[in-house]
Amino acid sequence: MSTHEITLTVNDTEEELTVESRTLLVHALRDQLGYTGPKIGCETSKCGACTVTLDGDAVKACTVLAVQTDGSEVTTVEGLADGDDLDPIQESFHEEHALQCGYCTPGMVMTTRQLLEDDPDPDAEEIRHQLKGNICRCTGYQNIVNAVESAADKTEGAAESTDDAEAESPPAKADGGEARSDDETPHAEDDGR
Amino acid sequence: MIPAECDYYRAGSVGEALDLLETHADRDPELIAGGHGLVPSMKVGEASPDVLVDIDGVEDLRAVEADDDSVTVGALARHADVAESETLRERALVLAEAAENVGDVQIRNRGTIGGNLAEADPAADLPAAVLAADATLDVQGRDGERTIEAGEFFRGDGETALAADEIVTHVRVPRSRGSETDDTAGAYVKKTHPASGYAMVGVAADVAVEDGEITEARVAANGVADRATRLTGVEDALVSRPAADEDAAESATKNASADLDSDRLRGDVYASSEFRAQLLSTYARRAVETALGRATAEGSIGGDEP
Ligand SMILES: Cc1cc2nc3c(=O)[nH]c(=O)nc-3n(C[C@H](O)[C@H](O)[C@H](O)COP(=O)(O)OP(=O)(O)OC[C@H]3O[C@@H](n4cnc5c(N)ncnc54)[C@H](O)[C@@H]3O)c2cc1C
Ligand code: FES
Ligand code: FES
Repeated sequence: MSTHEITLTVNDTEEELTVESRTLLVHALRDQLGYTGPKIGCETSKCGACTVTLDGDAVKACTVLAVQTDGSEVTTVEGLADGDDLDPIQESFHEEHALQCGYCTPGMVMTTRQLLEDDPDPDAEEIRHQLKGNICRCTGYQNIVNAVESAADKTEGAAESTDDAEAESPPAKADGGEARSDDETPHAEDDGR
Repeated sequence: MIPAECDYYRAGSVGEALDLLETHADRDPELIAGGHGLVPSMKVGEASPDVLVDIDGVEDLRAVEADDDSVTVGALARHADVAESETLRERALVLAEAAENVGDVQIRNRGTIGGNLAEADPAADLPAAVLAADATLDVQGRDGERTIEAGEFFRGDGETALAADEIVTHVRVPRSRGSETDDTAGAYVKKTHPASGYAMVGVAADVAVEDGEITEARVAANGVADRATRLTGVEDALVSRPAADEDAAESATKNASADLDSDRLRGDVYASSEFRAQLLSTYARRAVETALGRATAEGSIGGDEP
């Protein structure tokens, strides 16, 4: 049945490929273009491991037909680091031990990216709410919430600071700790989590 | 988890989509918008259309627009657009709040209001909200346009009043601008299914208050029957009560499930019909209390928290 020539801009690189009507975006990215950052976890639109941004919006790439994205811009987790320099969100996940097996991490990081764009200074409850579509089977989420808070501090700090250097991580961490202790009550479980 | 093979055509306009539906009429063509209802069903083999007609690129159906009498939402507005629309938050909060309750961020970035309504999933969030908002749906087919009242649209689990070759183009909420909207307010509350994210029970309420008295109430529920359903007994019990009466919401919703024949009350492995009836009363009370609180809040224009 029908195949289609499509063009995607993935992490600023223009890619041309041929997809079947039924090809899922996550398969096009992983199998045809070699972007294996987005993972396939549940395949049923629930776990968020396949999250990428499509024209700036976080979406589950296992639930989007590739052919529908012709002409779009896609960012995968591979698009964030600059060589060996991690971006602030990745760095915070690393520092806060926000991963164990790491399978959920690319999706977590991509959803966090949109979260911080929409709300540069979210509280723990907002973070949990906004990450509802990303499931982690290892960490118990607490360190992920910490990492997002720490990334928020860094990116806010970076936006405010006049020089180009990344905000130093020790003060950022201390701020993160303080922000957390503001919110000492056990974090409200969001919808069954 | 790979969908069956199919053909795909992208429509640039509603007219083009209607032409494509007609051209391929013998092959059971299916519209696709955000794909967040259809693609999951295609993956598990529940749906295997031979031909997809993609309307997701019809950009002029994505806007939320308002004039003095009504607010019009394009069928392709995504849940995130509906949830964040200032116009809707001011003039039809019940709809914005229902959209805010759909799934998660990623789902809301893709799913559309038209697709959600056309799917008529009994546990979806938007159907009760369009009932409570007294909305109408504009649909377009080969024979022209018609308007369907929300109350006539949902016919059963997955069933609507749409013909196979009709497309929902707009959802229209009758909300006049100006002082009389000041005392109108809505709310949507939901008992979320912990695994699916859909509504175990979701209640949409929309009330109008004049001189301290409830003059209009529309209350509707998702998740409790084969389709979104108005709770007319609750509505009748609210009208003419003083809005400030703390007992109004409680007493009107105590027996909310009485509005549904007991054989219509949904029960399944997740929640028995008895449990759903109990949830319905609780969530109906919360929805009505929230809406009344907003309507009577000082200087409220509907969207403000009490
Ligand atoms: C993991 C997950 C969780 C979800 N959670 C929720 C939830 O909590 N609450 C909730 O309400 N929904 C939920 N949804 C469903 C989601 O809201 C879908 O977006 C919505 O049901 C379908 O909209 P769509 O644009 O994606 O439609 P599509 O999948 O593109 O289409 C769905 C159906 O509607 C038809 N259709 C689409 N647009 C039109 C139109 N304009 N006119 C006529 N027919 C049309 C299509 O032919 C198809 O049959 C969830 C979905 C997923 C995958
Ligand atoms: S693989 Fe896409 S949501 Fe789980
Ligand atoms: S780190 Fe293993 S699933 Fe999240």
